[in-house]
Amino acid sequence: MEVPGLGQAFALQVGRDMRLAFRHLGQLANPLMFFIMVTTLFPLALNPSPQLLEAIAPGVVWVAALLASLLASESLFRQDVDDGTMEQLALSPQPLALMLLAKTAAHWLMTGLPLVLVSPIVAYGLFLPQEAVPVTMGALALATPILSLIGGMMAALTVGLRRGGGLLSLLILPIAMPVLIFGARATDLAMTGLESVGAIYLLAALLLLAMSLSPFAMAAAMRISLD
Amino acid sequence: MSTEPAESGTESLLEAKDLELWRGERRLFSQLSLSLGTGELLHITGANGCGKTSLLRVLCGLTLPETGEVSWRGQRVMRNRADYHAEMAYIGHRESLKGELSARENLSFDLQLRHALSPEDIDQALDRVGLARARDVMARGLSAGQKRRVSLARALASRARLWVLDEPYTNLDVPGRDFVDQMMSAHLATNGLVLLVAHQSHGVTGGRIRQLELA
Repeated sequence: MEVPGLGQAFALQVGRDMRLAFRHLGQLANPLMFFIMVTTLFPLALNPSPQLLEAIAPGVVWVAALLASLLASESLFRQDVDDGTMEQLALSPQPLALMLLAKTAAHWLMTGLPLVLVSPIVAYGLFLPQEAVPVTMGALALATPILSLIGGMMAALTVGLRRGGGLLSLLILPIAMPVLIFGARATDLAMTGLESVGAIYLLAALLLLAMSLSPFAMAAAMRISLD
Repeated sequence: MSTEPAESGTESLLEAKDLELWRGERRLFSQLSLSLGTGELLHITGANGCGKTSLLRVLCGLTLPETGEVSWRGQRVMRNRADYHAEMAYIGHRESLKGELSARENLSFDLQLRHALSPEDIDQALDRVGLARARDVMARGLSAGQKRRVSLARALASRARLWVLDEPYTNLDVPGRDFVDQMMSAHLATNGLVLLVAHQSHGVTGGRIRQLELA
């Protein structure tokens, strides 16, 4: 029997997850709301002088993005495992690694991409110099998928536990540190007018590494969780 | 604990050798061997908690047994998941439906991962299980019995050779149970294989029926 190709299976999974996400948009908006709220609370709580805000802007934007991704990754596989659709996926003739990569891709489109898109507005509110905005957006566009993939790996590992929430953050944060460091560094360098391309390249390398290795880790972890 | 090997004449497609599984401190089964050939049904029975579902999950390749191996067409399942799963349909005790998708959308996704199909194939399968009018109802709005029928439609339309059914009669009304029996009989008649876990006796006719009681 002819089993459909990998590209088709990938597209099917992304399509289904997007459709599901659009059917309850509220849940979807959570990480985005979190990102916007945290970044707007800083100017309110601190002395709202442009110099101070400009100085803390890279840190605030990147920490908020990291935490928003962390928040989102908890829900990545939870529902599918609970309702049994993950079992059917693991028993489909398609490779589980590919299907989980597709799920993570859909998840990024719904939670990570919006962060990238609203980041210029957030940056504006924090008095981030305009010349640093394109670099920040680019760096976020590379960093948020990495965070989604790391989150996916750890979510697959902890999804079998009833209360894996705390453990999940504990697992994700140390591995996500390089992303935070290089991301904030890219914004920082761009602000001071220096060449930030080095940090961007490092993020791109991390993304390639995450994309090529994490699907297999996700699949292996998921099989253990389903056992 | 073992069932006699398939009689000569039928080729044995699914084979399990010396399976042993522990759950925590408890040994569910050990040295369990079985084989299943074309047109055969293996009815697995046993008391609650004796490991029927665990055995099915081992045979599906979801759970790794402590020792022993499962093979399909002579190839180890753990090494050839894709080939095995392309020929297997599993109905677990959860329905595996997305509440926010309609019955038709749920099936269309699950089945398109397996083989190319037209929308008519899905409608036909849903008609056969008696859900012609509930095709576009969100799965969360279906009753437990209707959800079970959607699962049955998935197995019907999967074109799988081996059906692994974990308590397929759950939540079904009397005509529904009869339908499951007919469906299994028809599958056996077309040289299909059925692994059935059910408490009650089944009404499958035809095919070769064997029973395995787990202690």
